[in-house]
Amino acid sequence: MSTTYKVPIGPVHVGLKEPVTAWLTLDGERIMDAKLRLGAIHRGIEFMARERNPIQVIYLSERICGICSFSHVLAFIRAIEDLSAIKVPPRGQYIRSLVLELERIHSHILWSGVACYSIGFDSAFHLGMEMRERVMDLLELLTGNRVNYGVATFGGVRWDITPEFAKATRDMIKFYRREFTPFRDIVMEDPIAQARMRGVGVLTKEEAVRYSAVGPVARASGLRVDLRKSSPYEAYSDMPVEPVVPQDYFGAAHGDVLDRFAVRVLEVYQSLDLLEKILDGLPDGPFVAETNLNKVLASLKKAEGVGWGIIEAPRGDDTHIVSLKGGEDNVLWWKVRAPTYASAVSWPLMFRGNELADAPLIINSLDPCVSCMERTLTTNAHGDSNIITKQELIKRCREKTDTLRARGGETR
Amino acid sequence: MFTRIFQQLFKNLFSNVATNPFPAVHMPPSLTDALSNPDAIKPPIPVGERFRGKLRYDRAKCIGCKLCMRVCPANATDFVPEEKKIIIHNDKCCFCAQCTEICPVKCLTMSGEFAMSSYDRKGNITKDSGAAVAGA
Ligand code: SF4
Ligand code: SF4
Repeated sequence: MSTTYKVPIGPVHVGLKEPVTAWLTLDGERIMDAKLRLGAIHRGIEFMARERNPIQVIYLSERICGICSFSHVLAFIRAIEDLSAIKVPPRGQYIRSLVLELERIHSHILWSGVACYSIGFDSAFHLGMEMRERVMDLLELLTGNRVNYGVATFGGVRWDITPEFAKATRDMIKFYRREFTPFRDIVMEDPIAQARMRGVGVLTKEEAVRYSAVGPVARASGLRVDLRKSSPYEAYSDMPVEPVVPQDYFGAAHGDVLDRFAVRVLEVYQSLDLLEKILDGLPDGPFVAETNLNKVLASLKKAEGVGWGIIEAPRGDDTHIVSLKGGEDNVLWWKVRAPTYASAVSWPLMFRGNELADAPLIINSLDPCVSCMERTLTTNAHGDSNIITKQELIKRCREKTDTLRARGGETR
Repeated sequence: MFTRIFQQLFKNLFSNVATNPFPAVHMPPSLTDALSNPDAIKPPIPVGERFRGKLRYDRAKCIGCKLCMRVCPANATDFVPEEKKIIIHNDKCCFCAQCTEICPVKCLTMSGEFAMSSYDRKGNITKDSGAAVAGA
């Protein structure tokens, strides 16, 4: 008689922010094996983009993710700029970097709060949420809204930094340097929090390389990877960014949840330093290359080719590849590879040997953005999914067309 | 065991409330009734200067050039060919303000209004909101 049980976590679960299902094979309380089942939140955004022009797709790309929305927008915009050779003035580049760093702070603080919630440390969760408000206020001051800022556009940004905003940012930097440290210490020095996070959800350095983990997950396993250093974009070419790895701070990288917590928390401080440098070095001049949107649309209509945009989002590398066709208004095709997708491959490894109660924490430790990740969905008429090859797909399409034709109906 | 959190909790005893208070003084017996009586509601914190809320549309100024429709990501604007004017479906609008930027006569502006959810889709269409009031 088998002594293992299969238990699903999700798709709807109190510990999860987004729908994802983990089927866990349990021996008692220990997780022996894990299978991830995705596909609950696929939205077909790329398909929608094919009936929209690049300016419209900016706002569509913003809706891929609510938390790292600016990263997606920027990756998309950089892809279009790559193919159409639009130049961004230096001030525009600096403002973009500034919003990226603000977004990173907001995302990491939000995650740190939620991680505390996942281990049942609600006081720290509320503290984290309170901390986050300050950077949200700042984003609201610059862009008008708290999420989906709508601040980026082709060739620069839409709104400039005012002296008032610069002062508010410096105040915020001071505030976080003073107030964020207690939050960090409260969690990292707490013996219970340590016990819940140390040695849980381990991903070794070798595994992180083999399964191509990205962003804070890879860094927590000790890999020095950061696109802001290895392929600098926007203002990062003017300022060195050192990847935050736990071995530099604590002597060794364990690759567990506590290390992921530490990396994200330390990156908040790094972002504060970067913000200061961005404000100090903010060049004068225009912040957008072309303000006449009609001209932008006309030049994009002529553009043709494939463009790439890769940036370091709060969760890791975010890649967008876009193709435009000359003479066409709309985007020809668009491929998004969100960071969670790369890191999700290592999810099942992280579960091995852990306890069932830690499963939501392990899922959350990736800072998963499931709706970013779900870019394709395969399904059949019965609602379950199976994979078909391209040839098979074409064959089925033809068969379907033939049956429709035979019936004498419309082919669409 | 005295851990670091107790220091913070003690500090919190003497600090201000971090959140905006609940809209009403006491939990009312019926929320729907309470919300229809604006006097009883504590005002929400004001929105920022650059806030992008419900669109205002100055119909008289509009020249019917359809440029706003070209850039609208949500296809929230519809053209009325007989009148050469547009209507705005507020339930579709995603508040990107792209149309206000491209409009050659600047007859579209973003207001600070944000509470606009309703059960009535047809009633949530802006046909004309008159000339923009400065500072509104
Ligand atoms: S604000 Fe954006 S979504 Fe709304 S009507 Fe204007 S362009 Fe369309
Ligand atoms: S862009 Fe302005 S003028 Fe042109 S149709 Fe739209 S609202 Fe009217």
